[in-house]
Amino acid sequence: MAGRAFVVTSGKGGVGKTTVTANLGVALALRSKRTCVIDSDIGLRNLDVVMGLENRIVYDLVDVIEGTCRLKQALIKHRKADRLFLLPASQTRNKEAVSPEQMKDLIAKLKDEEEFDYILVDSPAGIERGFKNAIAGADEAFIVTTPEVSAIRDADRIIGLLQAAEMYEPRLIINRLSMEMVRKGDMMDQDDIIDILAIDLLGIVPEDEEIVVSTNMGVPIVLAENSRSAGAFRRIARRIEGENVPVWPMGEAEEGLIARFRRLFGLNRKEPKRV
Amino acid sequence: MFEGISRWLRKGKGSKDTGKSRLQLILIHDRTGVSPEILDALREDMFRVISRYFVVKEADVEMNIERDEGSVALVANIPILSMKRQQKQPVSS
Repeated sequence: MAGRAFVVTSGKGGVGKTTVTANLGVALALRSKRTCVIDSDIGLRNLDVVMGLENRIVYDLVDVIEGTCRLKQALIKHRKADRLFLLPASQTRNKEAVSPEQMKDLIAKLKDEEEFDYILVDSPAGIERGFKNAIAGADEAFIVTTPEVSAIRDADRIIGLLQAAEMYEPRLIINRLSMEMVRKGDMMDQDDIIDILAIDLLGIVPEDEEIVVSTNMGVPIVLAENSRSAGAFRRIARRIEGENVPVWPMGEAEEGLIARFRRLFGLNRKEPKRV
Repeated sequence: MFEGISRWLRKGKGSKDTGKSRLQLILIHDRTGVSPEILDALREDMFRVISRYFVVKEADVEMNIERDEGSVALVANIPILSMKRQQKQPVSS
């Protein structure tokens, strides 16, 4: 099977690109797929921290591209998901250190030489050089947005820019959807957002406080516990693999009465363990 | 309880609809994001076509994308100096 490369992008910062990339990477690797996550935010790396791999970085993306090290030397294997590898960004260089052509070559190498099934490129915010690098080698784009006016507006701009780069069918991931607020009529739901952006919906990730805990611990939530967002990430991974699972299964949209009760008394809080 | 009552009182008045309609308007504007180069090219084309029928001065041709409360429009202001005597056949293409 030939590998596929996806870019995770958004335009606006802070909507959860890095969290989505880390968790989809873990979810795909746990489905026995050789998966590589690339941090393309040169100068502002964070994917390593979200994945808890920050202490294991020796070489980075720029080292590989400049030939300072071999590709294999820069790939960091995750201890909890042994098919998952991180290619970290350089923290001391800037976006100009890499060109879109070089990114294309790098992703081709990851597919051909390292035989990855899936490559996820975490894009920096913005629409400049870093964005162009991130989309350069990708076969398909996942656009992450939150249900907010500003994030959706930027997502629309990104859809236009992707079209200009001949990527015509990006898929949308709606992050941090709060059913509570949707019920109150204070938040746009998936139908409103799809109505406006007119692209295919890949998945919905519910608002989940546990994400903060998981980032504190450096353990992606898909690995750590059975939270609602973990289930959502697993479902998106299945959809990426072409399984026909619903975006939002019935019954899970509404938090059950018992779960609410338990949450109220802090009974369903399992601490993720450090890797 | 109180929340339920206040929601009932302002039912259908969540901020979502305001957000959605503002967003739709913003996007109409964003999507018609015409660069100055495109606007210049359009101005030249318009000048050429209009000159078939009227005498106009290219420097007078003004063209803008204008955003109003509920719509976005292309607004052209082209002062006519005089009428051409015989109208040419419309160009076919």
